[in-house]
Amino acid sequence: MLNTLTLHEIVEHLERRECRSEDVVQAVLDAIRRKDDRIHGYLTVDAEDALAQAKAADVARAAGRTGRLLGVPIAVKDVLNVRGQPCTCGSKILKGYTSPYDATAIARLRAEGAVFLGRTNMDEFAMGSTTENSAYGVTRNPWNMDGVPGGSSGGSAAVLAADEAIAALGSDTGGSVRQPASFCGCVGLKPTYGRISRYGLTAYASSLDQIGPMTKTVADAALLLEVMSGLDPADSSSLSVPVPDFRASLQKDLKGVTLGLPREYFVGGLHADVELRVQEAIEVCRKLGAKVVEVSLPRSREAIATYYIIAPAEASSNLSRFDGVRYGFRAAGAEDPIDLYKKTRAQGFGAEVKRRIILGTYVLSSGYYDAFYLRAQKVRTLIRRDFEEAFKSCDAILSPVAPTPAYRVGENSADPLQMYLGDIFTVPVNLAGICGLSVPCGFTADKLPVGLQVVGPALGEEAILRVGYAYEQATAWRSQRPEFSGSLS
Amino acid sequence: MVDDKAQSAKKMDVRYVANLARLSLTDDEVAQFQGQLDHIVEYFNQLRALDVDGVEPMAHATPVQNVFREDEVRPGLDRDTVLKNAPEHNPEVIMVPTIVE
Amino acid sequence: MTAYRVTIGLEVHVQLKTKSKMFCACSTNFGESPNTQVCPVCLGYPGSLPVMNRAAIRLTVLSGLMLGCRINAFSKFDRKNYFYPDMPKNYQITQCDKPLCSGGGVDIEVDGKARRIGITRIHQEEDVAKNFHYAKWSGIDYNRAGVPLMEIVSEPDMESPEEAFAYLLALRQILVYAGVSDCNLEEGNMRCDVNVSIRPEGQKELGTKAEIKNMNTFKGVFAALQYEIARQMDVVSSGGRIVQETRRWDADLGQTFSMRTKEDAHDYRYFPEPDLMPVVLPDALVAEWAATLPELPAQRRERFVREYGLPEYDAKVLAAEKPVGDYFEIAARQCPNPKAVSNWVMSDVMRTLSERDIPITAFPIPPDALAELVKLAETKVLNSNTAREVFAIMLAEGGRAGDIVAARGLAQVSDAGAIEMIVDEVIAGNAKVVEDFRGGKAAAFKFLVGQVMKLSKGKANPQMAGEMLQRKLSN
Repeated sequence: MLNTLTLHEIVEHLERRECRSEDVVQAVLDAIRRKDDRIHGYLTVDAEDALAQAKAADVARAAGRTGRLLGVPIAVKDVLNVRGQPCTCGSKILKGYTSPYDATAIARLRAEGAVFLGRTNMDEFAMGSTTENSAYGVTRNPWNMDGVPGGSSGGSAAVLAADEAIAALGSDTGGSVRQPASFCGCVGLKPTYGRISRYGLTAYASSLDQIGPMTKTVADAALLLEVMSGLDPADSSSLSVPVPDFRASLQKDLKGVTLGLPREYFVGGLHADVELRVQEAIEVCRKLGAKVVEVSLPRSREAIATYYIIAPAEASSNLSRFDGVRYGFRAAGAEDPIDLYKKTRAQGFGAEVKRRIILGTYVLSSGYYDAFYLRAQKVRTLIRRDFEEAFKSCDAILSPVAPTPAYRVGENSADPLQMYLGDIFTVPVNLAGICGLSVPCGFTADKLPVGLQVVGPALGEEAILRVGYAYEQATAWRSQRPEFSGSLS
Repeated sequence: MVDDKAQSAKKMDVRYVANLARLSLTDDEVAQFQGQLDHIVEYFNQLRALDVDGVEPMAHATPVQNVFREDEVRPGLDRDTVLKNAPEHNPEVIMVPTIVE
Repeated sequence: MTAYRVTIGLEVHVQLKTKSKMFCACSTNFGESPNTQVCPVCLGYPGSLPVMNRAAIRLTVLSGLMLGCRINAFSKFDRKNYFYPDMPKNYQITQCDKPLCSGGGVDIEVDGKARRIGITRIHQEEDVAKNFHYAKWSGIDYNRAGVPLMEIVSEPDMESPEEAFAYLLALRQILVYAGVSDCNLEEGNMRCDVNVSIRPEGQKELGTKAEIKNMNTFKGVFAALQYEIARQMDVVSSGGRIVQETRRWDADLGQTFSMRTKEDAHDYRYFPEPDLMPVVLPDALVAEWAATLPELPAQRRERFVREYGLPEYDAKVLAAEKPVGDYFEIAARQCPNPKAVSNWVMSDVMRTLSERDIPITAFPIPPDALAELVKLAETKVLNSNTAREVFAIMLAEGGRAGDIVAARGLAQVSDAGAIEMIVDEVIAGNAKVVEDFRGGKAAAFKFLVGQVMKLSKGKANPQMAGEMLQRKLSN
């Protein structure tokens, strides 16, 4: 069935005229119809619009038009602006908002002929690790319907796992692409900060956010990365570096590659099966020719605290614009603007967003700025130095993506801090501004996916794609698909 | 001037901070958040043990500077599009409850 | 009666003369239909990002140079967080601890006393939207949101409303000269927050200050300061204390009023703007920009006196507005008598500008053409009457003075023989008046000169005509 194919396979079929874009989109829509009322990975599916885009792509192809993604449907996390589409960010406060513009990354995909099919569920404003913080319902993990798909890009991960999409986009601020990819058994890449333009990505934490491709294979991620990357004059933080041919770095062995294992990451506290799968993956890499060394990231311990000071601080400011004035939800019965803001934000934001806004406001406020925000930014420098030092002796770093497999829905709702601690392996990558890839590396005894994280230095996507690809090709995790039934017990 | 109210083990004034962020909270929310946030802020204190003397804060993840655009006018959004997104508007402006100066 | 010393500081916000906004490519045109110059960035839409306007940075640096500031090699932007309906993002992108310019000053003169008012800093920020107030609701127009603003913060050096007024005038003149802003008060190009306090004579510590925000006329600033100083003196001398607060000036009532205290003091929670990269200005770039600076009005005044031998008064008038000074200089350089050019510019030219309500840049007679006309008058080819006649023709029809004189035979007649003929004719034809003159009536002489001018169709050299009449009549 077309919907079960990878992006590259679809591209090949389309180029060989073995199928039409309309067929691909129809197959995906059928899968959505069959499964999504239970999985709830999508918030919006405009079937009519998607088919229209597909037909237009077919016409264009017949007329001789080319494009690296011509006619390929891509699911979009509901945090990215696509002209004419909603962009709720999983929040009530943006209900009714229609994007009047394309994010730059979207425009670049569009220029290559991509079809945008569906908007996926997410933790509200990207704050969360389970997609349970969405104002529009919970998304289920196709591998186990009692389980969460991870977050905040849980919707994108779930629809990929369930073959309700060919490829998807997510966003990653503290692990929000990599962790759901690992919970759902798909590939997720967080590029180097500045690699992909943030223009059009609703901001959560400006100095940490990046758009990331979420796909069924490493090669697919490499292709999307290639199309979206590059300097954008509309984003002052975007990097002025040439975009390499990322797919050229994909080869089947790891000869000459040195992999680092941070000693601080393997000292216990990992779910037993997660540890086993990751160790096995390391072995596979050795067999592929990689040398494995120990490295040290001494400031790993402080990464969570650092992240949860900086991200909410920036978020508290970025989310101030949601006030009911210019777009989205506006509370009724306000007597003056201040009243309007307070009521709109009280009614429009969920609990986790409120918590982080308050936390962020607090650490920036007078009397606390130096002790918290300023100090955290300094520790951030130390964390980045740790990685720079580590990469002197290795090309890429391996680690688990998360200490555990997918939680049960509802498992972590009582203690936010407990939830935050699950980000231990992912947030340092955002803090340092470097790149990270999550590739499936097996399952737990309960058949829940486990992800291997490959971390590279700034602008080191070629190295991590190479490692991920070689590992992926040497294993066959993708041949296993969720059976779409069963529960955790 | 080193500000360090955080030295004193005062709990966060959740209502006050929420007000700065123009968030009104119910009593239940205040009670719930108080415990959770104090717990998190307590966790933050581990950073104090680190010696950050002479370390530059990492304000940006990229070593870029002087990013400018030329002074050229380009078309923006048309008014209808803008007003359509606004919860309350008249044909020309976005409307809010009366601002009391 | 206690004597009080007054301390005034001004924070002046100046809209910069750029085509596009500070952080987006929307137009900055004033007076357009509401919400027609907007985009996702200046509307604070989700996902939008700011990008710095290079021209705005340059204009702020030029202003700093004009005002004698130090241009900081490293400068950055910060977010100032607060909620208000004219704030699309509910934070303003501004500069907190590392502004573009530091130090500097403005020279003023009040009642003959010259002083230099210090400037603390100049920084860059973005303007807010415009609110319109109606009975039951307010409307917001975002055209102005994001327009580049420069904030000039003075030292608290001013000591009277007169000094504040003089400072504002001098500042405006310099900024208009540099082409940095039109400083058009009606269009809101220049707004001012006033800080004023009083303290007893002899007390070193400054008194508590009151702030009057968003003043948009210089006269208003003057009047508000007069009132507020008197009010503060009143409060203090009757045993009260000044509250640090924001007050608003009501021009109709001529009073300042305390603004309703907001629920909380502002905690702006400044932090470095993560979406904008630092500004690092190498000396070479600043020098390149500095080379494009025009001379300051004061320098030009002084040079006009020195180079062209003009009286102080003329220099002041001509140097007041840069385009006028430019016009004068072009003309003066082509004429051996700059003072004569000055006279023409200050009287006939400026009067025409006033009558037609046009700027000198729209004046129909180019400066080199005026110079030609002045030369003809100076060399007596034209007398004052015919010169004015030619001026009027040039205004109405264009053309060069020389051509007009030739075509219409307007050259002054200075040929003794020709004049003598006319004088003889006049004497002969006005026997009664000649009698009156011989009888001692001075007015009769004037009449006779007038007749010579009339008969010569105004072309006779009046001096020669007068001398000749004088000679002939005294025989």
